[in-house]
Amino acid sequence: MADPTETERVRLATAGARAVTLESLSSQPRGDLFKGALFYALLILALAVALAGLAAIIIQAAVKGAPAIGPDLFTNGPSTLNPSEAGFRPALIGTLYLILGVIVLVVPLGIGAAIYLEEYGDRSRWWNRLIELNVQNLAGVPSIIYGILGLAFIVRGPLDLGFILVAGSLTLALLVLPTVILAAREAIRAVPPSIREGSLALGATQWQTIRRQVLPAAVPGVITGVILAISRAIGETAPLLLVGAATFVTFNPTFLGDNGYSALPVLIFNYAQRPQDEFRVLAAAGVIVMLVVLLAMNSFAVWLRNRYEQQW
Amino acid sequence: MEDSIRQAGDQMTEEDIPGTEEGPRRGLSQGIEVGAAADPIGGIDPWSGEKVFELEDVTVSYGGVPAVKGVSMGIQRNEITALIGPSGCGKSTLLRCLNRMNDLIPSASVDGSILYHGQDLYGPRVDPVQVRKMIGMVFQKPNPFPKSIYDNIAFGPRVLGLDDVEERVETALRGAALWDEVKDRLDDNAYGMSGGQQQRLCIARTMAVDPEVILMDEPCSALDPISTGKIEDLMLELKEQFSIVIVTHNMQQAARVSDKTAFLIVRLDATENNRWGELV
Repeated sequence: MADPTETERVRLATAGARAVTLESLSSQPRGDLFKGALFYALLILALAVALAGLAAIIIQAAVKGAPAIGPDLFTNGPSTLNPSEAGFRPALIGTLYLILGVIVLVVPLGIGAAIYLEEYGDRSRWWNRLIELNVQNLAGVPSIIYGILGLAFIVRGPLDLGFILVAGSLTLALLVLPTVILAAREAIRAVPPSIREGSLALGATQWQTIRRQVLPAAVPGVITGVILAISRAIGETAPLLLVGAATFVTFNPTFLGDNGYSALPVLIFNYAQRPQDEFRVLAAAGVIVMLVVLLAMNSFAVWLRNRYEQQW
Repeated sequence: MEDSIRQAGDQMTEEDIPGTEEGPRRGLSQGIEVGAAADPIGGIDPWSGEKVFELEDVTVSYGGVPAVKGVSMGIQRNEITALIGPSGCGKSTLLRCLNRMNDLIPSASVDGSILYHGQDLYGPRVDPVQVRKMIGMVFQKPNPFPKSIYDNIAFGPRVLGLDDVEERVETALRGAALWDEVKDRLDDNAYGMSGGQQQRLCIARTMAVDPEVILMDEPCSALDPISTGKIEDLMLELKEQFSIVIVTHNMQQAARVSDKTAFLIVRLDATENNRWGELV
């Protein structure tokens, strides 16, 4: 303000201009302000409903299952005579085996299908568009239908495997395969075309480009898809009941043994059906066991994803 | 492996294709202006050198709509040939035909003939992968792989099964005047480099597989003047070793670096409202 050239008139004019600018910057119509606030409130509400549901499940399971929580849950088998010492060991092992089988089946199949659709399939051909449409639709098919499919084609019918754990894995793998394919496609599509061009321009073949540039860059996205798939597969009950998961198994299952296997949600279902209070407690504790398993698997997958996270 | 590539290259030049004799010459004389950066030999016939490419009446269409029409020209060995012209005249399209990168666009089709040492690049027995081994390309936007600096360069030699990968990496980085800047951080991610360094990395990456020709698609358009200057200096050095074809928007750049310049213009079709590029 110590500028000697500044006259009274200049100062007034400047002040006036400043006031006008401030006015035009600060005046927002009241209606817009209200709409903005309302929209924000709705967003918070939507989030709160989702979180409240999750919190309700966790709190309910924790409170009701609290008396049964302890190492016995993981080490003991189920028992109808002695519910206070009953645990989930066979079902836990059954679930882990099932999921292991699902991962082994779904990762190569899902990635393979996604590579074909993204890198080789020519979208101008009608059959490729039909395949794409079907994969998307399959992701929304109810799981009981996969159970019937598994019973008809895997347990009986062409494959005739019988009621073994691998049949359960195969059925669950079919169930979550579309999810994995869709996620892997997204991940592959997210790799910039310039990376492919750079690789091809060096004289690399299409396969070398996919194998050494596209797939490594797509790993994080593919892992995300597998996490989603596992999360869904781990909680599925209906198809497993159809393909032979027994509700009450007291010994550890094996992959190919035909004397029965079980899984966590199936055993929880069994316990929850029983009228005695002890079993209600066990069912709630089973929910906690399942959440722990799910969280452990997901954390591992997230850790794996972060390790491969790349930027471009 | 390297030997087999060389042999393949030799075979390509030996096999004679009917029509090579008189075909392209006509196109050349009417097609090309000699660029402002005068012929280095001076006074001698500028077309005396060995031709790497001979284009004859090349038309490129996307889904039936022509982008470049009737281009005939020659590109000589160990020279820098610039393609200039306004936006949308198909310079990049034409360039991408030279190493069959247009194959990646399903709707693109190429008519006319493109001869590489007398061999039709679009012949039935030509494998685009082999073509790209000999004719490398540097793109408009630097596109390093999401890997370490070392792995970026080593990728080419590795997938082509060339030996002495480590030596090639160093030679290529030295060749691209990048060695002193990155020799202490070869294991760092290439995305940590500046834009100019990334582009020189891409040039080094191309050099590491010993191509004969390097195509450059506006290599400096995303770079600042200093980086641009470095790359131009680099190009002038590289032409001893390689033949270079560069697409550029920048007339001054074409004048500074090129031995010959092809100028494409846009023609409008009044009835169909199509536009395509034509060589003048």
